Amino acid sequence: MTPFLIKLWENIKIAIRALVQSKMRTVLTTIGIIIGVLTVVSVASIIEGLNRGFANQIANLGSNALYVQKYPWASMEDFSKFRNRPNVILKEADFIRERMRLAEAVSPSTGTRQDIRSRGKTLNGISVNGVTNNYDVVTGLVIEEGRFFSFAEIERDKNNVVIGWEIKENLFENRNVLGEKIKIGTTNYTVIGVTEKRGNFLGQSLDAEVYVPLGTVFKNFGWHRSISIAVKVTDATRVDEARDELRFLMRLARKLKPTDEDNFSINQQDVLMDMYNKLTGGLYTAAIGIGTLSLLVGGIGIMNIMLVSVTERRKEIGIRMALGAKRKVITFQFIVESIIICGVGGVIAIILSYLVSIIISKITPFPSAVPAWSVFMGLGFSALIGLFFGIYPASKAARLNPIECLRYE
Amino acid sequence: MESLIELKDIVKTYKVGSVEVHALRGVNLTIQPNEYISIMGPSGSGKSTLMNIIGCLDTPTSGRYELEDVPVHEMDDNQLAEIRNRKIGFVFQTFNLLPRANALHNVELPLIYSGVHATRRKALAEAAIEKVGLSDRKSHKPSELSGGQRQRVAIARALVNNPSLILADEPTGNLDSATGDEIMQVFKDLHAAGNTVVLITHEKEIAEQANRIVYIRDGNIADDVRI
Ligand SMILES: Nc1ncnc2c1ncn2[C@@H]1O[C@H](COP(=O)(O)OP(=O)(O)OP(=O)(O)O)[C@@H](O)[C@H]1O
Ligand SMILES: [Mg+2]
Repeated sequence: MTPFLIKLWENIKIAIRALVQSKMRTVLTTIGIIIGVLTVVSVASIIEGLNRGFANQIANLGSNALYVQKYPWASMEDFSKFRNRPNVILKEADFIRERMRLAEAVSPSTGTRQDIRSRGKTLNGISVNGVTNNYDVVTGLVIEEGRFFSFAEIERDKNNVVIGWEIKENLFENRNVLGEKIKIGTTNYTVIGVTEKRGNFLGQSLDAEVYVPLGTVFKNFGWHRSISIAVKVTDATRVDEARDELRFLMRLARKLKPTDEDNFSINQQDVLMDMYNKLTGGLYTAAIGIGTLSLLVGGIGIMNIMLVSVTERRKEIGIRMALGAKRKVITFQFIVESIIICGVGGVIAIILSYLVSIIISKITPFPSAVPAWSVFMGLGFSALIGLFFGIYPASKAARLNPIECLRYE
Repeated sequence: MESLIELKDIVKTYKVGSVEVHALRGVNLTIQPNEYISIMGPSGSGKSTLMNIIGCLDTPTSGRYELEDVPVHEMDDNQLAEIRNRKIGFVFQTFNLLPRANALHNVELPLIYSGVHATRRKALAEAAIEKVGLSDRKSHKPSELSGGQRQRVAIARALVNNPSLILADEPTGNLDSATGDEIMQVFKDLHAAGNTVVLITHEKEIAEQANRIVYIRDGNIADDVRI
């Protein structure tokens, strides 16, 4: 080892020894930093969790899909205004399918909530989706067992059902389900397929859903309902053009006069993405503000304690200088102390933030995940804080006059 | 090398507000290797100021200081720290040990700052503690040692880097006379072993144990007597 490395290592040991010798002071100072880093990392993990859940979910809608619906997904206006709009109906879907040039697929769907029964077991309020044969293609639904609906089944409003992974788990466990009967509402359906596991989103299972032919929903649960028409655009770069075409066709189908407002909404993933980005953008800004503030408070705590420590240890500083410690060595010793306090605080905070993340995902509907970058950011930040708020006290220590320090009792 | 230390016209003036305090008013002093010299004088005469300058803890307001023919008065902070580390061994009236470190670690300190490897450092520190007869107390903390033992640890620390000069400012000032005598015996032995010792005191009996007594009065050398 070179003399330089020996000095470096000894200085680190000196700093550690000093910290161990005044445990209470070290612990209290560390807490300040822990709170700061914990805030930053926890908020980051909530946002990351939202990103993984929400953003992926939105992305699943597909960037080249348009949805004709009665209500808009996001609006500044009063929603009651949209209640008087006419329902979107199946005929309009056919109208679009026949005429739209930029549509690769047109898939109408609707939904209701019903109780499901099989062999004495009941599941309450399950989401029942009425769909057509290309629904799986348009929405990216993956079938794990069996198959999706054929064109003929849809045409004949067959009482067949494709069930979510969780429904199968709850009603049939490991037994074979294909060909089994389940009761939705008051009608029996034959299971023809099971969808792949998709997981949770905002506390709701995406696997506790069932799919039946669209017409079956009308037939069994009533005709008076608005549908959603999903339109998959042929070319992702021509979505805007397709949107115009779709709007034109809908106005045509509803025979609207040029002066009439649209009485339908064309929804698109962008809107949700925008809303989501705005929401999390605000969250990020708030988080960075709160985090910075608490790190600042922690940092000032460090500086305060270090300044007190420098005053308390004047004698020690004088002794070290008399024995040949250069000013930069003294500076280094105190900065290392400060960085160690903050570094240890950072590590503890990150361990705690994992726990917080687990608790958050247990007791709230928000998914939560500690992102790797926030770990590095937390550690880096706390070390930087240690450095930044350690520099002033350390340089103050190094500027002391050794003779005065030695005289000090 | 002619002399170990050469001080020429050393002046130290402190400014306290608008008042100037003349602590040293032109001191000329030459010290040869392996001398045992006492510096005596009344309180406030400038003894400690002189010692701090000789020990490179302080710099003179004016004058020349050569240590082993090297002009120290031209040096910067870092160079002075290095000189203190390698050439000077301090012994203070109040011992000035690190209270939370044990005797061995206290003695190792100067070696840490000169970057000596841990194993060699430990060996050197143990040898120095052995010289002052404290081998059985090396893992004791200062609070677990008597005043005399503390001063022995401090002397071991002063010795450990094999300095050119041992500087002691009233080393017996905080000790009873019997313990003081023991410590004086240690200095006598060190001198006999070839070390140069500069001892500051205002007690005549202590001063007279050296081979040479320099009397300071009011910042000037009043007398210089070889015994
Ligand atoms: N930092 C300082 N600022 C101002 N004046 C000082 C300072 N240090 C010493 N002096 C003054 O310089 C003079 C010499 O002080 P010094 O400490 O050298 O005396 P001394 O001979 O060691 O006295 P004692 O025997 O009491 O230790 C005194 O008048 C003292 O007040
Ligand atoms: Mg004095």
